[in-house]
Amino acid sequence: MNRSPHNPQEQAIRVIAGNIPDPEIPVLTLSDLGVIRSVSVDGNAVTVGIAPTYSGCPATEYIEESVITELQQNGFNNVKTERVLTPAWTTDWISEDGRRKLKEYGIVPPDKAAESKRALFNQGLQIACPRCSSDKTTKVSEFGSTPCKSSYKCSDCLEPFEYFKCL
Amino acid sequence: MSTDNEQLFAYLLRLGDNAVILGQQLGDWVGKGPELEEEMAMANFALDYVGQARMFYSLAAEVEGKGHNEDELAFLRDGMDFHNFLLVEQPNGDFATTIARQFYFETFYQLQLDALAASSEPRLAEIAIKASKEIHYHVRHTRLWLVRLGDGTEESHRRMQSAIDDLWRYTGEMFVADETDLWAAESGTGPNPAELHTDWSELVMTTLTEATLSQPEGEWMASGGKQGIHSEHLGFLLADMQFLQRAYPGATW
Repeated sequence: MNRSPHNPQEQAIRVIAGNIPDPEIPVLTLSDLGVIRSVSVDGNAVTVGIAPTYSGCPATEYIEESVITELQQNGFNNVKTERVLTPAWTTDWISEDGRRKLKEYGIVPPDKAAESKRALFNQGLQIACPRCSSDKTTKVSEFGSTPCKSSYKCSDCLEPFEYFKCL
Repeated sequence: MSTDNEQLFAYLLRLGDNAVILGQQLGDWVGKGPELEEEMAMANFALDYVGQARMFYSLAAEVEGKGHNEDELAFLRDGMDFHNFLLVEQPNGDFATTIARQFYFETFYQLQLDALAASSEPRLAEIAIKASKEIHYHVRHTRLWLVRLGDGTEESHRRMQSAIDDLWRYTGEMFVADETDLWAAESGTGPNPAELHTDWSELVMTTLTEATLSQPEGEWMASGGKQGIHSEHLGFLLADMQFLQRAYPGATW
């Protein structure tokens, strides 16, 4: 991935779009999430390439609209977005900063290295409670309030919490 | 003879049709799941399928080049124009029936997507790579339920076996290559489905054994879905799914 900006204007657009909060997990910005893939400026036409997270995630369209709106408010009136499927978004695209914020928010960040089948199939995966750090946790459901999370419970402090699934 | 573009269009439509029909079926569990967690699981599955259908349909519309969009392909075609497998249009039934349908289809779909990841059509390959990651989760979940119900109580075993037996006749169609499949195999667009059969059978047999279920033995297989000849269930499903766009053409949120 090439994240180096080509010019100051593209850099500025990247910052504005990158600072928009994710609609479903507002502690994360789009930049933390790793979904802003490209910015190009041609005359006054701006194109922002955005990677969808889960195929059917309703947040995808909301994110695209918020990028357009936010840029318009900053004086860019000719903005369009395009979906970037390659390389596919995985949870490895979430930044270190984003992982820290997730944990502070009470969502256990995804196991690193989503490409490994071990992680994908949760084999030998120890999910520690984000509140008391205990390893004695049980999965309540593989699926949760959004496509990207599973539901867990801590057996020590009884905290119910969510785990950001590996993709 | 159809051109490559027409063949690719037909091929993409099938992929989209399987996904959209299954997504619609799974969405129907919302509000009536056996427990809250499973209802969420079914809703999550449905969302993945609808998302995948959108990607297949958008690409299909682009390939067709007649100015159609994904919504028109989903909502304004009639039953005969849908080329999904008969399997995916079979009703949800009880939870065991849904699990059996998902298990038969998704084990096939996973193999198909993994092969499509190497497609000579890069726009299709990138959709397949994305979809495959999601289907991994489905297959794992479905397998767990199949084993839990099969190797569960007398009643759950009976229901699981009966669902596995009832839907068996719809599995053969997935592996019969027709003109479009052969075109895909020759052009490197997708796998010859017949070649996926061995891996699929092995996977199915291993899981059924683990679930203490017996492998169905019927040899007669239903077919027609890929040619647009459907069971009675598709019409009702489409009536439900397409109602809004038919009654209020072009309606948007």
